Amino acid sequence: MKSLNRREALVFSAVTGGLLLMTPTGAFANAGDAMKTMEEFTGGKPVGDSKLIALEMPEIAENGNTVPLAISVESPMTPDSYVKRVIIISEGNPRPEVATFNFSPLSGVAEASTRMRLAKTQNVIAIAELSDGSLHMAKRQVKVTIGGCGG
Amino acid sequence: MAKSKPRVKAPKKAAKGDIVTIKTLISHKMETGLRKDKKTGEIIPRRIINKFVAQFNGKDIFSVDIDPSISANPYFQFKMRAEESGEFAFIWTDDNGEVHTKKSKLKVS
Repeated sequence: MKSLNRREALVFSAVTGGLLLMTPTGAFANAGDAMKTMEEFTGGKPVGDSKLIALEMPEIAENGNTVPLAISVESPMTPDSYVKRVIIISEGNPRPEVATFNFSPLSGVAEASTRMRLAKTQNVIAIAELSDGSLHMAKRQVKVTIGGCGG
Repeated sequence: MAKSKPRVKAPKKAAKGDIVTIKTLISHKMETGLRKDKKTGEIIPRRIINKFVAQFNGKDIFSVDIDPSISANPYFQFKMRAEESGEFAFIWTDDNGEVHTKKSKLKVS
């Protein structure tokens, strides 16, 4: 291969540089995007793993199109002390946001379940915000055999 | 797309103070907006149910802000403490503005 002269080298770097800029950061959300969504939810406050919140998902999901998910948060659920909302975040789907559950003291217990899509094996995170402003997190890894976001 | 059909399983009777379980499901494709039409190569526009609200006697008891990662035919199960007789209202909102509502009565003794 012949060596590039100055002009060619400039053009070459401009083109590849441009390509790099244009390439989306990956069609799939990475842990970084998930972190951003987490920060938006928590307002940058630190959040640690907590025993108050439980996130139940299967260890292995054969079909990523519909994976059961259940959350429960320990709380008296009275007007003085209740769970305000719980966000579900995926680390490996095209978009990190999955859903936000909004509870009220009328809920009685902070428990909900649904079914979600998983594009590939990944971590799923649930963060609960309580009425006193405290944050509680749970994380689960789910192995996916067939991804569920279509081609 | 086939018409969305909401389905709800909520108790008709409860004792005061009981925690009742409510199950809801609506038939909906939940098109993510990320899939491509295999023939034309064009992206199929997003169309999902983006909000679900459950009310009792006009007050919100539980709601969900929904993103495309929720599976087709979105299913939600949740609970409520039965304090008084009244009526549930379940409301689903589609990206295209369509609203689906279903009601159910609860008698508390």
